[in-house]
Amino acid sequence: MTVTVGVVVFPGTNCEHDVAAATERLGASARLVWHADGRLGDVDAVVLPGGFAHGDYLRPGAIARFAPVMAAVETFAAGGGPVVGICNGFQVLTEAHLLPGALQKNRGLRFVCETVEVEVASDRSVLTRGVDPGRRLRIPINHFEGSYTCDPDTLAELVGQDRIALRYTDNPNGSVADIAGVCNEAGNVVGLMPHPERACDPLLGSDDGLVLLGALIASSGAPLTGSPAAATATA
Amino acid sequence: MSRFGALVEVRLRPGIADPAGTTIERSLPTLGFGDVSGVRTGKAIRLEVEAADVEAARGRVEELCRRFLTNPVIEDAVVTVEPLPGTVPPGAASPAGPGEAPR
Repeated sequence: MTVTVGVVVFPGTNCEHDVAAATERLGASARLVWHADGRLGDVDAVVLPGGFAHGDYLRPGAIARFAPVMAAVETFAAGGGPVVGICNGFQVLTEAHLLPGALQKNRGLRFVCETVEVEVASDRSVLTRGVDPGRRLRIPINHFEGSYTCDPDTLAELVGQDRIALRYTDNPNGSVADIAGVCNEAGNVVGLMPHPERACDPLLGSDDGLVLLGALIASSGAPLTGSPAAATATA
Repeated sequence: MSRFGALVEVRLRPGIADPAGTTIERSLPTLGFGDVSGVRTGKAIRLEVEAADVEAARGRVEELCRRFLTNPVIEDAVVTVEPLPGTVPPGAASPAGPGEAPR
């Protein structure tokens, strides 16, 4: 069975074709879903890609979270469907309260565009399921507002429930606890600032992003269970 | 119903890093303003709302703040509401909160 990934497009999204190409490279089929559509259609996973939805006005993700498609995304997530927000998509998921915390302006007010190293901190998320914790991946980041922020109670909860999916090995933006990606309690909603779709071929400098997207696609064919042992990442 | 003008000052919550404020503050000594500190940046949003009275108007604006204009994880807001000139009979309502009564 071919996994179908719904890739949500807001006005100002600019990474949708990269995400589609990367997931198709892994054998999945990708379908673009316009933000004004109230339905996702028949998809096995949803990706909110990067960009500048609604121009990032007010706050990144603040306007996009009220798009008609987001009600469908919330329903899909509530049913256990895999949902991944990349960069601007991560910001949308925090604004929609599907993930805790917020993304603040980078430490030092620097727009950071470089390939960084992240470490898989937990295999509980659909994006890291079947990937050994401790594994290091080289993936590009490209953001101004990527400094993950949350209150101490939320951080304690994230740590206690093993919900930090990815950490930077050399924190580029001031994120609390070096957080590059987090997931919800069930593990099926994940947000990360790095762009795995931009690391899908050695020609791009790294194909480590395929490890994460491969885990997502592998997770999308099978329901989430407590044990990650059954799932195998394709890369 | 009357129309009210509102000013929403969105601020970063205490303890939340403000890289823009820090950058501004660091530049002050070279401009001869070494005596200025505590710089915090935010947003100011002006809007108009139709409501029965000033308290109802304030309630609507505060709800809008909670749901949309601020992200409560990192921000809070100070709301000032005033009747727009000529829309409220004299003595019908007086503004509450930090706003000064219009003359």
